[in-house]
Amino acid sequence: MTETSLSEFSPVAAAPAQWADFLALLKPRVMSLVVFTGLTGLVCADTPMNPFLAAVAVLCIAVGAGASGALNMAFDSDIDAIMRRTMNRPVAAGRISRADAAAFGGVLSAFAVMLMGLAVNYVAAGLLLFTIVFYALIYTVWLKRSTPQNIVIGGAAGALPPVIGWAAATGHTPLNAWLLFAIIFLWTPPHFWALALNTGGDYEKAGVPMMPVVKGAKSTRLQILIYSLIVTPLAVVPAFTGLGGVAYGVVSTAGGLGFIALAIRLFRSEAGEAPRAGPDGLYSVKPGAKQARDLFAYSIAYLFTLFLALLVEHGVKAFS
Amino acid sequence: MSDPFHEGAAAAKARKMRSWMIALGLIVFVLIVFAVTIAKVGASLGHGSV
Repeated sequence: MTETSLSEFSPVAAAPAQWADFLALLKPRVMSLVVFTGLTGLVCADTPMNPFLAAVAVLCIAVGAGASGALNMAFDSDIDAIMRRTMNRPVAAGRISRADAAAFGGVLSAFAVMLMGLAVNYVAAGLLLFTIVFYALIYTVWLKRSTPQNIVIGGAAGALPPVIGWAAATGHTPLNAWLLFAIIFLWTPPHFWALALNTGGDYEKAGVPMMPVVKGAKSTRLQILIYSLIVTPLAVVPAFTGLGGVAYGVVSTAGGLGFIALAIRLFRSEAGEAPRAGPDGLYSVKPGAKQARDLFAYSIAYLFTLFLALLVEHGVKAFS
Repeated sequence: MSDPFHEGAAAAKARKMRSWMIALGLIVFVLIVFAVTIAKVGASLGHGSV
């Protein structure tokens, strides 16, 4: 990995930056999942809130998440340029300078936190600020390049949006909010490691110490199974704490069984053993890694369905 | 001067679009802050605290 300063422009002569490139800096796909989980936290709080201020809270969560993405791309452009999945990102491809991306992320972070504090409350604003700093500094600058536990610890940033949403509605964060945090936090390792097993040797090439690179594919598959056996029963717990209802209980139980089945299938496979070149798409199956791709794709649907069940149950309660 | 930055037509067009988007973003931000203020003041009036 080469060290370059933020003020240095990308060496690649590229087309001028379009406004859409700045939009891509916000990682819209990640942002949509963050917005969804944040909105779920806000709705699950079951507290009446001015709809406009609720929308502003969700907007702040979205902009904060996007700003974190921009800061991440500013710092990680050297890594992104090496990996096939990320090499076309605006900074890695040379369309936006690292300094511009960092400034964009910094300004948006400030606007999102300020607006959250002004419009909603300081607890939500503080949590949003903590999430941005944790993702941009603790995860991106420190953990990602230094430990195979990078996405385990860094997963806290991705797990906080429902807590922020809950805090936005109520001004505090009860245990049920932290239960949502715990579900996403423990879901993150099997999700990302399945992706890492499916992306061949890209992380190794970029010098990122992801679990399959450091401990090997077999150990990673075992750890995925262990985390799956922890997160799936935990995901059923909201059905017993009053957070989830019958529908949530059914969805989380059935979805969890499917998750465990795919994790066992992956554990018994040889996915990730011999990374070979394959198609570049996020959901493309790399040769010999279908089991990893399947768990990766399923994990997204699983988390989405859990939160959708909560959203629908509490949404129906609010309108009835 | 038609091209003060010597940047070419494509770069000038891209810069102009970026400038418009920044202007739009700032206007939206100001409108949101205004609306938030109205909503907060309205709520305070409703509770008789203003």
